[in-house]
Amino acid sequence: MSYVRLVNVTKRFGDVIAVNNLNYEIGKGECFSMLGPSGCGKTTTLRMVAGFEDLTEGEVWVGDRLLSSPAKNHYTPPEKRNFGMVFQAFAVWPHLSVYENVAFPLRIRKLDEKEIDQRTMDALRATNLVSAKDGSPDYLSGGGKQRVALARALAINPDVMLLDEPLSSLDPHLREEMRFEIKDLQMKYGFSIIYVTHDQSEAMALSDRILVMKLGVVQQIDTPLNIYNHPANKFVFSFIGLSNFLSAKNEGGRAVVPNHSGQLPASFVVPENLAGETDVSFASRPSEIDFTTMEDPEGLHGVITRKAFLGEIVDYQMQVGDQFLRVQKGRRDPGPEPGESCAVKFLRPFWYAENE
Amino acid sequence: MSAVKTKSSFGVAQLILFLSIAILVVIVAFPVMLILFNAFWVGDQFNFQGAIEILQQPATYEALRNSLIIATMSTIGSTIVGTFFAWLVTRTDLPHKTFMKSMFLVPFMLPSFIGAMAWKMLLSPNAGFINRFFMDNFGFTGPIFNIYSYLGISLVEVMYLFPFVFIQVCGALERMDPTLEESARISGAGLFTITRKITIPLVLPSILSGALLIMLYSMAHFGTVAVLGIENGIYNIPVLIYERIHQSAGSFESIRLGTVLATVLVVSAAFIIWLQRKILGSGHYQIIGGKSFRPMELKLRGLRIPMMLFCFAYIGFTIVLPTVVIFLVGSLKTYGLSFSPENLSLDNFKFILFEFDVTRDAIFNSVSLGFTAAIITMFAGVMISYVIVKMKVRGKGILEFLGMLPFSVPGSVIALGVILAWSGQFGINIYNTVWIILVAYIARYMAFSLKANSAALEQVHDSLVEASRACGATMWQSLRDIVLPLVRPGMLAAFFLIFLPSLRELTVSIMLYAPTTRTSGVAIYTLNEDGETVISAALAAIALIIIVIGQTIINKVTKKAGV
Repeated sequence: MSYVRLVNVTKRFGDVIAVNNLNYEIGKGECFSMLGPSGCGKTTTLRMVAGFEDLTEGEVWVGDRLLSSPAKNHYTPPEKRNFGMVFQAFAVWPHLSVYENVAFPLRIRKLDEKEIDQRTMDALRATNLVSAKDGSPDYLSGGGKQRVALARALAINPDVMLLDEPLSSLDPHLREEMRFEIKDLQMKYGFSIIYVTHDQSEAMALSDRILVMKLGVVQQIDTPLNIYNHPANKFVFSFIGLSNFLSAKNEGGRAVVPNHSGQLPASFVVPENLAGETDVSFASRPSEIDFTTMEDPEGLHGVITRKAFLGEIVDYQMQVGDQFLRVQKGRRDPGPEPGESCAVKFLRPFWYAENE
Repeated sequence: MSAVKTKSSFGVAQLILFLSIAILVVIVAFPVMLILFNAFWVGDQFNFQGAIEILQQPATYEALRNSLIIATMSTIGSTIVGTFFAWLVTRTDLPHKTFMKSMFLVPFMLPSFIGAMAWKMLLSPNAGFINRFFMDNFGFTGPIFNIYSYLGISLVEVMYLFPFVFIQVCGALERMDPTLEESARISGAGLFTITRKITIPLVLPSILSGALLIMLYSMAHFGTVAVLGIENGIYNIPVLIYERIHQSAGSFESIRLGTVLATVLVVSAAFIIWLQRKILGSGHYQIIGGKSFRPMELKLRGLRIPMMLFCFAYIGFTIVLPTVVIFLVGSLKTYGLSFSPENLSLDNFKFILFEFDVTRDAIFNSVSLGFTAAIITMFAGVMISYVIVKMKVRGKGILEFLGMLPFSVPGSVIALGVILAWSGQFGINIYNTVWIILVAYIARYMAFSLKANSAALEQVHDSLVEASRACGATMWQSLRDIVLPLVRPGMLAAFFLIFLPSLRELTVSIMLYAPTTRTSGVAIYTLNEDGETVISAALAAIALIIIVIGQTIINKVTKKAGV
């Protein structure tokens, strides 16, 4: 049961295609994140949903309401869309008190005074702002300001909440705390969230589904678990979590690491679908590599060049030919020391074409 | 965090502080003190009653009233015009916005008294070209507009002063975080509501601060009123001070009258500055945004082309027309001839540049005075700013207070103050020499230098000096190798901020000039007063050319220096 629908949405700025033929649907009450490096078009997409940017092509729907469609010459301005929105730079108004900031959308809707007060106070309570309500938001911390922005967006009880990197201006520990506050508010109010971020852990923690985007093109839309465990391509693999890539040559179906003299795992074979490629890339996550014996036929031989103790984990750098692998192990597993030769085996490796 | 805190540099710090205080005291504080002293002490006695009596004389009361009327009208007019154009070029889809914006800033560099001269030529009741044109061709029996009036004077001031508001409001609107308005929009507010409830309240401090600047400037402004008011008996405070001192060749009575009026100016200026700081302090919100999405643009739709034509008409009428008139009149053989090709030539320009010693000297005086004042003020300013911004030494508070003074002392007050201080009463008599003008210029422009240099110094974080000290450099080496190169753009800006305005300075020079020490501003003004309209216009035209060339060089240089 889809609620927000983007159909063939495309945005061009001159010759530059910022968003290319985007399609997705978001369910009611779903938390949907758009994730990608800066400049990938995620914020532009959100602004098209909000109505701050026109679409070049395509349609945006909410429920059975068409919001934007250049083909049908239809455009609902942002103020008529009934969304809640929170911006990265807070955008709380310094000349109004916290209370008036939150009451603003209700006053615009010309509700009666009693209802305005009741809904404003509800939103302030939900965001723990009651004690600060009469002061200027200028005196609040970053987290406080962002709560005001959240309360203001909540006050109209929107069906859809648009969050544009709402936590990027906050301190790291506050960021984690606010993440869960947003999630709690969603549970309580039941709105859908479209969440834009470049922080993968934020997207993972909050979202029901994540859209990974690169240069205006969708790479994958899936649950956080599937995105992590079954990345659709090399970009998604590298963008989510830590990653290692070993470049190898395809020598008649056998993958060979250049300038590497030691043993390669017995299963180091280029998969069928990449048979036509001469250069392939072997991908693994540092936490999904185990040390093994030198005799293990599945072992890749190399030399440890660095070992760093990071608290919970120990971070190893291992030289393979003239490339390096990163291996992370729990601190209780005693591993090899720098200078030692060693062998590792891969729990869940992926193969990609080198120039994908 | 203090940059200077070791024992060895303690003595040096005190020395710099002392030197800075001494400069400000001698150049600014002492002359101002003398004015206050002379206003209230006659002989050996405190005489407050006398000051009140002077203010009650019809002429002084009239001048006070006129200053207030003209300043109020100019301020209101400039604020409306400035805010409107600022909104138009930042928040609408007006065509040719960038061009319009640069044109609206042009009046900043044009001397307003030259503009006033042009408007006198265009709209004086009987001889003004526009008035004549309507009387001759359309059967008007009288002038269509008399520029010799409160309204006329105020309108001319608006043309030259509105950029103060324009630039402040443009800056605020451009830097304002667009999401402040977007979040109102997503809350359901339409553009009109957003403008009324969000945008205007947020830029109000900038509007008011610009308006107060105009008020301050206009109250103490000499040129426009001197050119347009005297004919009809409209004097304001600076004009009355000048007239009285000039006519009586510096008699005791006139000086006393001057000091009382100057005191009024100083007090009102101090009040205005205080008010401005209060407004900025209480309401200067952090509205600068992180992301740079374009702010919403109001679609003017059907008004787009009419608005563009209106802007072009405004620019043509207030900037191009007066400039053209100055150049045309400056090329006439005799004033009164028609602008037909046979009556126009370059002879006047040749005459004033190569033959007429008054104008030749005036140009030389202005350039050398401007250059010297700019150099001295630039270096003094960087030193004083350094103490104020960077050093933690005892007694800095005095310096901070003294540093505020130049901002609040109008030009005619400075001129009067240096007359009192440097005409022999205290052992040094440089009255009637070029040096007294130099001293007055330094006092007048110290504020510009302090502003530019402190802005530059605030950008230099203390840790940069600390890093240099940690690398083994001494305090002096750090200053020379780290701080100085980083504030050089600020110093350069200060130099030009002083050099260019001093080329066209009138308010101070007119009170201090002697026959051989006319500046170009004085020469233009006095030649015009003596009826040498054509020569005066030609000199004004040359001054305009120099100023425009200078401004172009500045823009190039400062852009390169990244100021």
